[in-house]
Amino acid sequence: MPHIYIDGKRIETQSGKTIIEAAYDNGLYVPHFCWHPELSVAGNCRMCLVEVGLPKRLPNGEFETDSNGNIVVSYMPKLQIACATQVADGMHVRINHDKVIKAQEAVMEFLLINHPLDCPICDEAGQCKLQEYAFNHSRGESRFEETKNHKDKRVPWGPNVLFDAERCISCSRCIRFAKEIAKQDVLSFVQRGDHVTIKVQDGAKFDNNYSMNVIDICPVGALTSPDFRFKSRVWDMSFNDSICMGCSRGCNIQIGVRNNEILRIEPKTNMYVNKYWMCDYGRLSYYKKINENRVVSPAVKKNGVQTEVSWDEAISTAASILRKYKPSEMMFVGSGRSSTENNYALARFAKNVAKSVNLDFYERTDQSFADDFLRTNDLNPNSAGCRNVGVSPASDKFSLKKLSENITNGSIKLVYIMDEDFDLEDKYIQALQKAEAIIIHSTNHSKLTEIADVVFASSYFAESEGTFVNTDNRVQYFEPALVTTENLHRMGMKMSRLDKFGAANDRWTQKELRNCRPAWKVLSLLASHFSVNFNYNKSEDVFNDIAHNVGSFNGMSYRLLKKHQGIIVGKSSNPDPVRHNYESHYMKPN
Amino acid sequence: MNINSENIEKNRMNFWEKIYLPEIARGLGLTLKRMFRPKMTRQYPEERWEPLGSYRGRPVLVEEDGKERCVACGLCSRVCPALAIEVQAAETTDDKERFPAKFEINMLRCIYCGYCEEVCPEEAIVMSKDYELVFASQESAIMDKEQLLVPVAQLQDRLEFLRRYK
Ligand code: SF4
Ligand code: SF4
Ligand code: SF4
Ligand code: SF4
Ligand code: FES
Repeated sequence: MPHIYIDGKRIETQSGKTIIEAAYDNGLYVPHFCWHPELSVAGNCRMCLVEVGLPKRLPNGEFETDSNGNIVVSYMPKLQIACATQVADGMHVRINHDKVIKAQEAVMEFLLINHPLDCPICDEAGQCKLQEYAFNHSRGESRFEETKNHKDKRVPWGPNVLFDAERCISCSRCIRFAKEIAKQDVLSFVQRGDHVTIKVQDGAKFDNNYSMNVIDICPVGALTSPDFRFKSRVWDMSFNDSICMGCSRGCNIQIGVRNNEILRIEPKTNMYVNKYWMCDYGRLSYYKKINENRVVSPAVKKNGVQTEVSWDEAISTAASILRKYKPSEMMFVGSGRSSTENNYALARFAKNVAKSVNLDFYERTDQSFADDFLRTNDLNPNSAGCRNVGVSPASDKFSLKKLSENITNGSIKLVYIMDEDFDLEDKYIQALQKAEAIIIHSTNHSKLTEIADVVFASSYFAESEGTFVNTDNRVQYFEPALVTTENLHRMGMKMSRLDKFGAANDRWTQKELRNCRPAWKVLSLLASHFSVNFNYNKSEDVFNDIAHNVGSFNGMSYRLLKKHQGIIVGKSSNPDPVRHNYESHYMKPN
Repeated sequence: MNINSENIEKNRMNFWEKIYLPEIARGLGLTLKRMFRPKMTRQYPEERWEPLGSYRGRPVLVEEDGKERCVACGLCSRVCPALAIEVQAAETTDDKERFPAKFEINMLRCIYCGYCEEVCPEEAIVMSKDYELVFASQESAIMDKEQLLVPVAQLQDRLEFLRRYK
């Protein structure tokens, strides 16, 4: 294995790697704009210039040493770009060195020549790589006195991406992403010199499934999202780690929240699942449902009218309804959109408390959704979790597909639904209208909650802690991003300054606190009405129970899931190694 | 035992002091003297005080050409140590791209430090001369954009002061 020295520090690396890769593998930092580990090398920003040299050799092949016995290095007279220079055994690299720092300052001054002073109105401000480098790697003054070039602003590239040509620093990350990752090669530079800009090919639109990733990788604010534009400054938001519920890929995400409302969703690096990317559907499709039209309090039907009641009353009403029916007359419906913990608690309740084996979950498959990159044909984020913890019917006769028949012929009378709305398919709604009793855990108001006898206000994944199991059977942990009455005093939850310090007479904290609970909690309270004690106080208790009772989960814990960014079912003794993830630029904690 | 028995006030005063009369006359003399000197007080609120440009009264938004200068960058809100300011940006077709759809200052939180004025990149928020702030309820102490906007002509003193000393 070759070794190199970066600022005198010895590093082992592999041949074929570039200096910047070798540095990042070892947690060392090289300033750069255009390099991205998943994209080809462009070498056009010149921010990564470093001083490179090899030890001098004497005619006899020995290393030349100075009077102190140190090896003499002969550095190349010109600086080299670290992103395109491959390592050579014994190479010496200097980063924190006068000559290099001067070069960085010069590059920054050059990049800022025509850059507008837009930070106050720029969505990137606060997490901008250029801003950060202007602070860390620039002299903070410019010798340029002429008027700046003006270019087009607010140019739509496609439905989800807006381009501001003035702010672009021509790093070509977006162009390379379009070509290499999104496989939609429609972007290219046009014009030259200081008039250079990027155009979408005539007649084409930048509208692939992954288009919005260019907004994340753009080191500046040249690319913005029409969906998010100006909704909030990034420093006013909190970002908690979670898992996308769009499909069974289980892309790792961060949920951006202000005033207890989700404002945007962005990918979080997980090299084993989604790398640095996620699809536009995951970003845009469901977060509004989490914000709006929510069931905020439990309710029961009294004389045909749904009335909001306390949790105690709702749970005891549900218990008395459950007592009225024989186990074989009940059907329990789990959910591929609910956490593994919730599904496990439901399975345990159905089997051990209600003694019923009629248990199933709703499958959402859509072949047209899948593509050959991240998106899968299974639109449930947790189908694998449901299967793993035994949410499946004992016999095909009582599967969900036969629900309509079974209700009509009277063999099923009570339907207990957890976090599922069957996409409001007419087939199911009509069948359920005929059922004698319905108990439902629901996140949103819908036709289903209208006909239910008991409605439990249910937490979304974004409001609770839990796990999803993705299409590759990878168990992944998510933490809450929104505050409910349930997790109000949760330790360690990231909250923005505004959310943390708002007082009763501040209008910005007026977002309602939803009185919703995760299903496992309600199920364990319900079980206690039947003299069964689940012993669950927190989500982790449920997961530990799963790890104890479900063979393939043995040895897993929240701590390990967080550390390894997910563990494949059955592989807890041999998890994927922990990686040092590359982050191009991000909001620093405030 | 009272060790201070010798030092009580009665024992320290002499005869003239004890009968008070000369002291009363002296006090009246002082009053008389002051009556013919210039007055230090004023008949507020009939007589108002007009502060100088350097005075930091209630922060206001500068209105220019019928619009706010503010671009809703949120820096004032970020820097405000008392979290008094709330800004919600929205998009406009103007050149400045964004404007505050909502701009509120909670005057019960504001501590008149003037940081918002100092940080504003647009000179859009300045400290006015308005010191008469009375509220009947907590709600009415939250001032919205309409209440905060003041035409630039009325703020010349402060803008001049800022230009000179900021
Ligand atoms: S891209 Fe960065 S430096 Fe440029 S205006 Fe936006 S925040 Fe400022
Ligand atoms: S738009 Fe952004 S990513 Fe694309 S070239 Fe310009 S700076 Fe780079
Ligand atoms: S591929 Fe699936 S999990 Fe990933 S972002 Fe898209 S919808 Fe979400
Ligand atoms: S700092 Fe100035 S421009 Fe920015 S939001 Fe405050 S008043 Fe508006
Ligand atoms: S990162 Fe090396 S030239 Fe841009």
